[in-house]
Amino acid sequence: MNLALADIRHKLGRFMLTCLGLGLLMAVALSMVGIYQGVVSEALALSRSLRADLWVVESGTSGPFAEASRIPGDVREMMARLPGVAAAGAITLRTAEAQAPQGTLRVQVIGYEPGRPGGPSAIATGRGVGGTRFEIVADARSGLPLGATLLLGRHRYHVVGTTRGLVSSGGDPLIFMQLRDSQDLQFRLAPAAARRALAAAAGGGGTDTVNAIIAQLHPGADPALVAETTRRWKHLAALTDQQQSDLLTLSVVNRARVQLGMFTVVLLFVSAVIIALIIYTMTMDKLREIATLKLIGAPDRTIIGLVLQQALMLGGVAYVAAVAIVFAARDVFPRTVALGPAEVAVMAVVIALICLVGSMVSIRAALRIEPQQALGG
Amino acid sequence: MTNPLVQVEKLSKTFGAGDTAVRALVEVDLVVEAGEVVGLKGPSGSGKSTLLNLIACIQEPTGGKLSIGGETVWDGQWRVADLRRLRRERIGFIFQFHNLLPFLNAIDNVALAMTLDGVDSATARQRAGALLDYLQVGKRASAMPARLSGGEAQRVAIARALVNRPKVILADEPTAALDSERARVVMDLLRQVARDQQAAILVVTHDEKIFDRFDRMVALRDGRIEGEQLRAA
Repeated sequence: MNLALADIRHKLGRFMLTCLGLGLLMAVALSMVGIYQGVVSEALALSRSLRADLWVVESGTSGPFAEASRIPGDVREMMARLPGVAAAGAITLRTAEAQAPQGTLRVQVIGYEPGRPGGPSAIATGRGVGGTRFEIVADARSGLPLGATLLLGRHRYHVVGTTRGLVSSGGDPLIFMQLRDSQDLQFRLAPAAARRALAAAAGGGGTDTVNAIIAQLHPGADPALVAETTRRWKHLAALTDQQQSDLLTLSVVNRARVQLGMFTVVLLFVSAVIIALIIYTMTMDKLREIATLKLIGAPDRTIIGLVLQQALMLGGVAYVAAVAIVFAARDVFPRTVALGPAEVAVMAVVIALICLVGSMVSIRAALRIEPQQALGG
Repeated sequence: MTNPLVQVEKLSKTFGAGDTAVRALVEVDLVVEAGEVVGLKGPSGSGKSTLLNLIACIQEPTGGKLSIGGETVWDGQWRVADLRRLRRERIGFIFQFHNLLPFLNAIDNVALAMTLDGVDSATARQRAGALLDYLQVGKRASAMPARLSGGEAQRVAIARALVNRPKVILADEPTAALDSERARVVMDLLRQVARDQQAAILVVTHDEKIFDRFDRMVALRDGRIEGEQLRAA
């Protein structure tokens, strides 16, 4: 007969309520792990989606995510001709406040040339941006359905396709449009400002500027070598995709990542203390029963087994509740909660370790209970 | 005097040291034979519970000698390495408030003492069921302790004390929570057990209504045996 299980069955309601409470706490800790992973995943979502081997940006900058970068649009043709380069595409990036049917929407607008690198890697519904102007592909996170319209700058754009899971490092949904539309949106001055600029002989009409060129290389081509060749043009800088990823995770979202990581550690520490206190209370509630067990000759392993099994059952049930809560609520979070089997498994091991360590104090206390405490009233 | 199962020779117990030392038991001699039911009475602080705890090997004497079932277990130091095993195999306990584990039903409470001794669960439950039948609570085998009456719970506790066929049974106020009728029934059961299993039974009690159920009544005062009274034939 299993004493731990029998005791839990005897106080099932109380045990399940305790597990639910603990499960909620663990759900918070698990969410933090998911949000931590989500921040990294969101930061890399765009660069991974674009499948770039090389990022060509303005000289002296680490653009286009970490710093602003502006280069002429014809750099794309120069890059396309470089040995080792299979395809090159110009892109623009801009954060914008758009007027959507559901209200103001903060988005990251990506301009690209259809048929060239820079567009969404996969379309979830509808189609990609075609030859017609003022079409957009919006990520599902924006809440824009197919056929919806979005007011951006001076024009109204039509949603012709949607993507899934494409957000900026800040968690804003991505909107893809033709490069020409995005250049107009980003660089063309309003009519009054353009007239003033023209009068001041400062230009104002030209908009063939992009933020970066992304290049896809032939299989076997060395990204570092192509990057070195690119840097010979004095006005350009080149980053390999690995360098860009490092910039995104170690620079762009580093503070958020570290903050979330520290908060997760604090939460796990708090969870450990609470688990230890619950196990201790559960054990001390059985003081007389443990004393009786000792008096009738139960060996220490029976007492240790009772405490340890209950601690693991408590942690196990609470963790299952936590996983269920987080997976049920993950879409409610405004930012991605990225939890895969690896994170869930690692967290399970961490919780099991916390339960084991947390039960040590209780086991020590249980072993110190004297059998004579079973006697008397 | 043919088969002494409990032998206490000049057994002493002092709590504390120096000026604050309390002599709870002073050179007590006591022998309980197989099949004998002996009562221990005395006012509070007379040393009854201390004597019971020493015989139960849950407190260490400070002097004298203690033998259980013919084996010396304390003689200036413990002579048995595993005291819990000794208790499991040779001593049965009956408590004032039955002390059944609230999360096990009656039959599992009884069987537990056997499974702790390494007996498989099915065999233990079989023996536990037979004992509950013997003590006339077999029909309550699946009841949880909270559902048992005081008398039923005490019988289940007696069954638990007997299940490993111990040679020594120690009872601490086993009838304190029972009315006169049930108290006498419990004592008659203990007498029957002592006779059937040839066990030595030592009972601490204040309960005058059961004094006539003992073969011998030992009176303690200030840690010393004040006198003994044999049961009238």
